[in-house]
Amino acid sequence: MTEQLQIRVNGRPVSVPIGTVLAAAIAGAGVGCFHRSPQGQARAPLCGMGVCMECRVTIDGRKHVRSCTVLCADGMEVWTDE
Amino acid sequence: MSQSYDVIIVGAGIVGAACAAECARAKLKVLVLDRGPIGGGTTGAGMGHIVVLDDSEAQLALTSFSRRLWHELAPALPAEVEYDQCGTLWLAADEAEMAEVHRKQQSYSARGLRVEVLKAKAVAAAEPNLRSGMAGGLRVLEDGVLYPPCAARFLLEEAVRTGATLRTGVTVQALLAEGGVALADGSTISAGISVNATGPWSPELTPGLPVRKRKGHLVITDRYPGYVHHQIVELGYLKSAHSFNKDSVAFNIQPRKNGQMLIGSSRQFDAEDTTVEQSILNRMLQRGCQYLPSLGSLSALRTWTGHRAATPDKLPVIGPSTEHARLWLATGHEGLGITTSLGTGRLLADLLLNRKSEIPTDPYSPARFANGATTPATHD
Repeated sequence: MTEQLQIRVNGRPVSVPIGTVLAAAIAGAGVGCFHRSPQGQARAPLCGMGVCMECRVTIDGRKHVRSCTVLCADGMEVWTDE
Repeated sequence: MSQSYDVIIVGAGIVGAACAAECARAKLKVLVLDRGPIGGGTTGAGMGHIVVLDDSEAQLALTSFSRRLWHELAPALPAEVEYDQCGTLWLAADEAEMAEVHRKQQSYSARGLRVEVLKAKAVAAAEPNLRSGMAGGLRVLEDGVLYPPCAARFLLEEAVRTGATLRTGVTVQALLAEGGVALADGSTISAGISVNATGPWSPELTPGLPVRKRKGHLVITDRYPGYVHHQIVELGYLKSAHSFNKDSVAFNIQPRKNGQMLIGSSRQFDAEDTTVEQSILNRMLQRGCQYLPSLGSLSALRTWTGHRAATPDKLPVIGPSTEHARLWLATGHEGLGITTSLGTGRLLADLLLNRKSEIPTDPYSPARFANGATTPATHD
């Protein structure tokens, strides 16, 4: 069985296999809104390869990080604009 | 041949837009032409700082006059212009720069402009993300920021509302000594006068004009509301802006209302292409990190360059050319065109209509460059 690691998304514990891309973990946790546009519209990943900027989240206090370019790490604290 | 227009303004940047708004308001029949879109040149590439500067008496007169015109216009500006009277914070890194703070304080106060000298602690309280150990600073309370292309569009909409015509995507080949312009498609349009408001490109239409392209780089960040509260500029910026020959960088950061920040600045002559140069960008951002140590942890969205229209004496060129009475100029605003656009438009209309102007127009006259003179007669 694949080894699991634990992260928190918007304060909720999420368990994912090692090697999981963060954007996938967030989506898998049922979060639909990753960040908001300047007009406040909800946004979620479109390209999945670091180009569209729609998957930006706050990771361990660092804002506007593209979650599709980051692998989950144990203990990661993630906040979206849900 | 009858004249189709009183005034043809070439250039739909913020200077051309301000000239068009003033001329149309004075009931002149105005046509504005631009080969690109509104604000597609220098206007769209710059920061949008409404700032008073006092390098010379004439610069102080034009910037303070223009800033007052922005204050008067502010209630009418639509939200997308993002006008924000956030003030400028001039930073003094050491006691030598603090002396410049006090000199500026006297110069501005003598003119009735509101400023505050901040000591080290007050600077730290005003901008907590700055590194500790600043000597102090000068807060210029009524300076502000705006989003230039939308400001240019607003001024042109005002002009059109009062009867002006705007045509974009039309390339002007030449300004005609008999009045009017020749277009790239071979046709001509007649007018009483034509105004060259094409900024860094103005020597193409007015050969011999001592306006040089001065390249600048900018970076825009993602949204970090409250990271900085003022347009913050190092006092060393003035040294950078003054050096006329070598490439220079200086720390200058502008908050936008949405939390994004524009980070500058660089100045280069003889750099015609618009490529982002990594070495200049690195120097510029390293300079920024010296003032805002956490700047490097922010996310940048885009970098780009633009060209300013620089003159040898740091003053714009406003008024009739010395060669042809029907060829007028409104160019050479270098890094101050957003601020001084409104003053330029007003003075140009004053000159055209023989109205008394609120400040003397002589310092900006094209006549100062007559006989090949390209350096200022006086230097202070």
